[in-house]
Amino acid sequence: MKTTEQEIGVGDYRFGFRDSTDNYTFKSRKGLDEEIVSQISEMKNEPEWMRDFRLDALESFFQKPLPTWGGDLSHMDFQDIYYYMKASEQQETSWDDVPDDIRKTYDRLGIPEAEKKYLVGVKAQYESEVVYGSLQEDLGKQGVIFTDTDSGLREHPDLFREYFGTIIPASDNKFAALNSAVWSGGSFIYVPPDVHIEFPLQAYVRINSENMGQFERTLIIVDEGASVHYVEGCTAPVYTSESLHSAVVEIVVKKGARCRYTTIQNWANNIYNLVTKRAVAYGDSLMEWVDGNLGSRLTMKYPAVYLMEPGARGETLSIAFANTGQHQDVGAKMVHCSPYTFSRIISKSISKGGGRASYRGLVKVNNDAKHCKSNVVCDALILDSQSRSDTYPHIEVAEDDVTMEHEASVSKIAEEQLFYLMSRGMSEAEASLMIVTGFIEPLVKELPMEYAVEMNRLIELQMEGSVG
Amino acid sequence: MLRCHKQSKCRIAVRCLTVEVSSGQVVFGVGRRRPVWVSRVQRITNILKIEELHVAVDGKPILKGVNLQIQHGEIHALMGPNGSGKSTLAYALVGHPKYEVTSGSVEIDGTNILELDANERARIGLFLAFQYPVTIPGVKVADFLRHAISNVRNPKRKEGESLIPMREFRKELRARMDELGLEAVFAHRYLNDGFSGGEKKRMEILQLAMLKPKFAILDETDRGLDSDALRVVSEGINQLAGPDMGVLIITHHKRLLEFNKPQFTHVMLAGRVVETGDTELAYELHAHGYSAVRERHPDAAAEEEEQVVASV
Repeated sequence: MKTTEQEIGVGDYRFGFRDSTDNYTFKSRKGLDEEIVSQISEMKNEPEWMRDFRLDALESFFQKPLPTWGGDLSHMDFQDIYYYMKASEQQETSWDDVPDDIRKTYDRLGIPEAEKKYLVGVKAQYESEVVYGSLQEDLGKQGVIFTDTDSGLREHPDLFREYFGTIIPASDNKFAALNSAVWSGGSFIYVPPDVHIEFPLQAYVRINSENMGQFERTLIIVDEGASVHYVEGCTAPVYTSESLHSAVVEIVVKKGARCRYTTIQNWANNIYNLVTKRAVAYGDSLMEWVDGNLGSRLTMKYPAVYLMEPGARGETLSIAFANTGQHQDVGAKMVHCSPYTFSRIISKSISKGGGRASYRGLVKVNNDAKHCKSNVVCDALILDSQSRSDTYPHIEVAEDDVTMEHEASVSKIAEEQLFYLMSRGMSEAEASLMIVTGFIEPLVKELPMEYAVEMNRLIELQMEGSVG
Repeated sequence: MLRCHKQSKCRIAVRCLTVEVSSGQVVFGVGRRRPVWVSRVQRITNILKIEELHVAVDGKPILKGVNLQIQHGEIHALMGPNGSGKSTLAYALVGHPKYEVTSGSVEIDGTNILELDANERARIGLFLAFQYPVTIPGVKVADFLRHAISNVRNPKRKEGESLIPMREFRKELRARMDELGLEAVFAHRYLNDGFSGGEKKRMEILQLAMLKPKFAILDETDRGLDSDALRVVSEGINQLAGPDMGVLIITHHKRLLEFNKPQFTHVMLAGRVVETGDTELAYELHAHGYSAVRERHPDAAAEEEEQVVASV
């Protein structure tokens, strides 16, 4: 098997290479029906309750209409997608055992090297299944579980069943239903009470095939007083027809625990990225979503935190970069279910070359949730006159005694800023990049150093050729 | 899109190339096309020469034939009532796209700088300390200065190429900041973000100190400063202005000129330099205002009147 690089349309996208699919262990036929869903469940040797869960979810998926808000989904053809593809026989614990061409892909993405340097656990998902997994030994000894979600179901059935599908029910929305029906892969994490995982656990998600649907499912449980930082990165090759990525991420953050979930997604321009992410946060806990959205044709993603008990805090920091042909419809959702809960949303978007970036956010304060505080800041930077930015903030407050702040700003790169930097010797391209880098700096400084460097580099690539 | 380089509106749509062919000869070209011979470099070096400069803003003529020459080691004061064109001259010299040069020439050591973009003018040694420096959120002072210096000290540098070494840069930055009485945390603040008026002006002077231009224009750097800040800024300029720099100070005030005694004082009225004198002229204008100048130049005064009426 050889890795071929597509010459046309790759453009600035560095991860546009692809591998041959000839040696795949299994590839479902195209389309979606009960037979396919049952086949996936059977392939995975799942217990009956999971198969039933999938079939119920499928029905729910068929019943629900496509959302009429957000991005344009009219080109989606759900019957023209492969819902399950398995590229290798089993998950490996050594990169040497991963099939050559797949390992080479991850080498090119720099994962094994990053693992040596600063990660304490890695999962590499390729198409539908996790092909490689590792976790530092001492963490395993402390009772930390970091495995793919299929293994989670097999190896920790009780813990798994207690939480799976409880935070995002299958019927939550059309794409959560789809994921619930055909999910495969993703990460299953359990951090026992008072265990602090100092360095990030990382998952790297890769789509390789055309018309592929990837539906990973992640479940993270951070027990009382524990902490974890989970990072996911995503890429895919460039094809002429679309692929679909529709993940579900459920997180439970118990009393006094902390969880940070960082995404740096850099999808190719032909990916529909429709993701449901939600966390429930209990007393005095902290849930943080750090979300960097680059690439994809359309991303619809609104990470949510349900603040369940006093002292719970939820934060979302997100950057979206909408380049030519892209629509980033992203935001956040904070639901204050209890008094004395706090939320903060910082959203930054950049649109360029005709791209469209939308902020869509909901802050909801339930009955009796007194003394809550919420602060929302969204800033949009528009780099040229063809590009577009919209803000759709929703605030629902059922209680009087709360503090809500909302600030929004939309700016163009000011001529005066550009001129100021140029009058100090910088070229226009360098000056523009400096202004954009400055714009996202409040978010980038929240990232671990390696990811901050990567994020700045990705932005630099997006900015290339913007002056001419 | 191609835009003519003769227009100061042009930014970077077409890149100017300045190629030194052999000593004494400079070639200008547009893009990578056939170079056009412009001029031989004159033997007289370190001179900023402004000849018959006409500048319009939004199609409205503001400068109507300015003539001025500044040599290294000289301090010139530029005075004149509001609206006489002092700031317009400053912006036009450094290449602000809004200021359209309609005719005339500006040369530094024989190089016609009107053909150059703002960043290229900075790289050959022209500097403007802004009256109202802009805020650039998220960009740290130190990062900004390191990029600026890397370009100005290596004029052929292209974006993405290496910056000056961090250690060297830090050492130098710290030394200049000490001289200006700036605390170390200043380097890590975002550029002009939340700076007080005095801090912004000191930031401009810090840039002047780091970039060491051949010619510096200070546009009302003393404006809005309390007397302590004014002293720090004045002393800073005094330290920096030397035999290797020509300085043009635009000011209404006396203090800055007491610290930095100008050898020449120019008075602008209605878009022209109508008088040039020595230090005494500056003091006289400061003490008695511009009525005497207007009396000596009735034509320009009448024109000034017309402009005021037209703009109301």
